[in-house]
Amino acid sequence: MTENGTRGVYAASDPLTERMEELQFVLGEGPCWDAFALRRPVLVPDLGSESPGRWPMYLPTAWDGGIRAVFSFPLQMGAVRLGVLDVFRKRPGSLISAELGTALAFAEVTTTALLDQHEDATTGGFGDVLADAGDYRAQMFQAQGMVMVQLGVSLGEAMVQMRAYAFAHGRRLEEVAHDVVARRLQFDRDSS
Amino acid sequence: MITVSAQQLAAAFVEIADTLVDEFNVVDYMHMLTERVAGLTEAAAVGMLLAGHHGRLEFIAGTDENVTLVELFVLQNEEGPCLEAFRTGEPVVNVDLGDAAARWPRFAPLAVGAGFQSVHAFPMRLRQQVIGALNVFGDAAGDDFATGDVAIMQALADAATIGLLQERAVTRSEAVSEQLQAALNSRIVIEQAKGAAAQMHNVSVDEAFTLIRDYARHHNRRLTEVAHAVITDRQTLGQLRAP
Repeated sequence: MTENGTRGVYAASDPLTERMEELQFVLGEGPCWDAFALRRPVLVPDLGSESPGRWPMYLPTAWDGGIRAVFSFPLQMGAVRLGVLDVFRKRPGSLISAELGTALAFAEVTTTALLDQHEDATTGGFGDVLADAGDYRAQMFQAQGMVMVQLGVSLGEAMVQMRAYAFAHGRRLEEVAHDVVARRLQFDRDSS
Repeated sequence: MITVSAQQLAAAFVEIADTLVDEFNVVDYMHMLTERVAGLTEAAAVGMLLAGHHGRLEFIAGTDENVTLVELFVLQNEEGPCLEAFRTGEPVVNVDLGDAAARWPRFAPLAVGAGFQSVHAFPMRLRQQVIGALNVFGDAAGDDFATGDVAIMQALADAATIGLLQERAVTRSEAVSEQLQAALNSRIVIEQAKGAAAQMHNVSVDEAFTLIRDYARHHNRRLTEVAHAVITDRQTLGQLRAP
């Protein structure tokens, strides 16, 4: 899913999952749509106890497909929205804290990988930075906003440029962000 | 310290209870709460922290966002009144920061250096669950809360917690996770907007927050809505300085 209305299933772990994902596109409703629109996870641990009015078409169809729980995680970085990661279960039940943490981390790494497909996503998404002190994290997103204006590019592209700069100069992303916020480093339209 | 009229307090409670609005946003809600509390108590600064799923306290909203104040919020993952209120579920009130260096070796001197004299923290709790804390800083001597005031402040924090958790009209543990993730992403949007505004208007990121906040106030729009507009709409970005 993208801001400009492109919709499609990017990857699925098995045929049932793919069918369930396509179902949401066909019906135009479901947890995935809501997660994208609301910019937050939509966690449905038991489809059977959901109010039928929430997704009138999706709920019975998913149930018939053998799905009992759905967890949808938006792939986003602030105002940048790229899609949704859906996790399905054939039995009802909440995600335990560790599972929830894994899903959130996976969504973060996927977001970074989608933003910057040239780099190996496993070598550090912005999840690494999220685990860091809050100050660094805030600065990274502030720098992203500044570079967006400096280069006149999209917010997603600004992060790609910052990561590319950090990689090319052998520096950590948060150091680059810190220099941008301190105005020691400026991205310039000609040299990028 | 609180000398609010019953009328003002009642209005704040009604506003806090009203979470069944379209496009409810946790950060806007928490920002509203900090502004109301600052107005009621004449506090120098008010902030909100919510616990992540690993028990980490995340900064969600503040009346100001200068670097030192945000650092004071972030530091409370290690020590400070919010961490104590979060762990015990009880309010921490009337702490004289000048006498608190032994209790909080890093937090207290930093807070004093920022010009604060007293600090208070109220847990955000619903039954057995504590989901975060409300932080109040005073900058004048004698800014203490009387016993009755503490009960009122805690009632505000409790009402806000209920409002937050009931927004989905379902009480379940998933709602807390959903809300928190939404809040964290909204925080990122605000930081991105601060960066864009700082660059466009050649001001610091601290001042950029004030520009965004004041623009939202003058146009009666929500903070997160303006932050989104700043990033996606060049016109809004350009207009921040001329409200």
